[in-house]
Amino acid sequence: MNIERYWNPILETLPREKLERLQLKKFHNIFKWAYEHSKFYHELYSDAGIEIGDIRTFDDIQKVPKVEKSMMRAIQGKEPFPYGDMLCVPLEKVTEYHQTSGTTGQPVYQADTWQDWEWFAEAWAYILYAQGYRDYDRVFLPFGYNIFIAFWGAHYGAEKLGCEVIPGGVLNTEARILKMQELRATAMMATPTYVLGMADTARRKLGIDLARDLQIRRITVAGEPGGSIPATKKRMEEAWGAKVYDHIGATEIGPWSYECQHQSGSHVNEALFLVEIEDVNTGELITAPGKRGKMVITALDRMAQPCIRFDSKDIIEWSPDECECGRTFRLIKGGIIGRADDIIKVKGVLLAPTSIEEVVRSIPELSDEYEVLVTKKGDIDDITLKVELIPGQESNIDAIKAKLVDQLRVKTGLGYNLEFHEYGTLPRYDVKARRFRDLRHKE
Amino acid sequence: MTEEYKIREMTEKIQVIKKAATELQRISGGIQAVDKNADRILASVRMLEINISDIVDVALVSF
Repeated sequence: MNIERYWNPILETLPREKLERLQLKKFHNIFKWAYEHSKFYHELYSDAGIEIGDIRTFDDIQKVPKVEKSMMRAIQGKEPFPYGDMLCVPLEKVTEYHQTSGTTGQPVYQADTWQDWEWFAEAWAYILYAQGYRDYDRVFLPFGYNIFIAFWGAHYGAEKLGCEVIPGGVLNTEARILKMQELRATAMMATPTYVLGMADTARRKLGIDLARDLQIRRITVAGEPGGSIPATKKRMEEAWGAKVYDHIGATEIGPWSYECQHQSGSHVNEALFLVEIEDVNTGELITAPGKRGKMVITALDRMAQPCIRFDSKDIIEWSPDECECGRTFRLIKGGIIGRADDIIKVKGVLLAPTSIEEVVRSIPELSDEYEVLVTKKGDIDDITLKVELIPGQESNIDAIKAKLVDQLRVKTGLGYNLEFHEYGTLPRYDVKARRFRDLRHKE
Repeated sequence: MTEEYKIREMTEKIQVIKKAATELQRISGGIQAVDKNADRILASVRMLEINISDIVDVALVSF
């Protein structure tokens, strides 16, 4: 075995039977910890009639009530302030505050102790090492360094590996690009939207070809599905001349999934997290590959504000493939396919917004930007897709339109009103993009 | 594969570090510079446990 490949060769190649045994042991430990130290969890479990000794097998885990974001929102702002009684440690042990971005509603507050923060960085260390980061890398982090967790964990994870970390916080996009060039940074992390936005800014405002003029050779993306959408990944890799690796995490969960250098899907870090996939309608556990369902996840070692059987609403599926890297951590196929809340019915057809992105980004004559509007005309749903043509492609509009119509029909099963806009006129985003708007209930 | 690594021996050493840091806090006389730095050591020790000690009973068992 080539141990150079792994941050921890023991855990990452543990045979499945042993890995599952470890997960069960750890689940029992975190369940017991929360039962005994958190009023919220104690009431949740005792109301459901579950005792500490009831968790003996994997099947028993299914009996444990799930937690939803709305429950976290309901207790925060109360004592112990501001986290509420999900907290398992005295307030004076809390050393880190972060909050969710609020994309789906009121932000959720997250407390971490030093130990939890070490754990968060440790989980990132697994990710970065698998993606080829090493102590000779000079890593540039162009994010806001604020209350959102974003790449904070990556900062400390990269430090753990011994990388040199450059905090590219309060700089504008041009200054960040020039600093990466000046310091010959070798790696970078951002949302897919910002990775593409930086390439656009470099080209248009600075006359810089990132693939040629910078030395970035690996990029880790997060925060949006683009890293697992092949057409978007291809655009990012071509623009930067770098390998792009996806990572999936959330403030209240932790960094739970990542691509390794083989890019054959996203590994679940099953040494630190327990991922269950449930049928959206029946709630039955899905263990076989190829069937989509809703993720229920447990962070097995996060102690201050535990995340136990959290119903994330993310839609994922197990991959049938094994990765050549030798990790026994299972792969999920296509990253986060959508959120249970996002997959909507338009004209009677189930639509995941990521499939529209896949089509738009696979057509090279279109820019990176697009916008989708769903409205209602009378009783009938109406869907409009706005795209931009790359300069110089105006005379090919009929052929591009035909390609777009065909691909959208194949990938989404829907017909769209297509609007072609002048290059540079659709909104640009610095962090997470909001390209999909369902206005049906607001009209 | 796990037999290649000295898991038990590493686990023992991790326990020695943990015990020393805990003992340091016990005799610190409340010196914050000792208590808080020992807390940080213990947070790192916990990562060693997650990576090594926690698997000692499952990794070395034959199925």
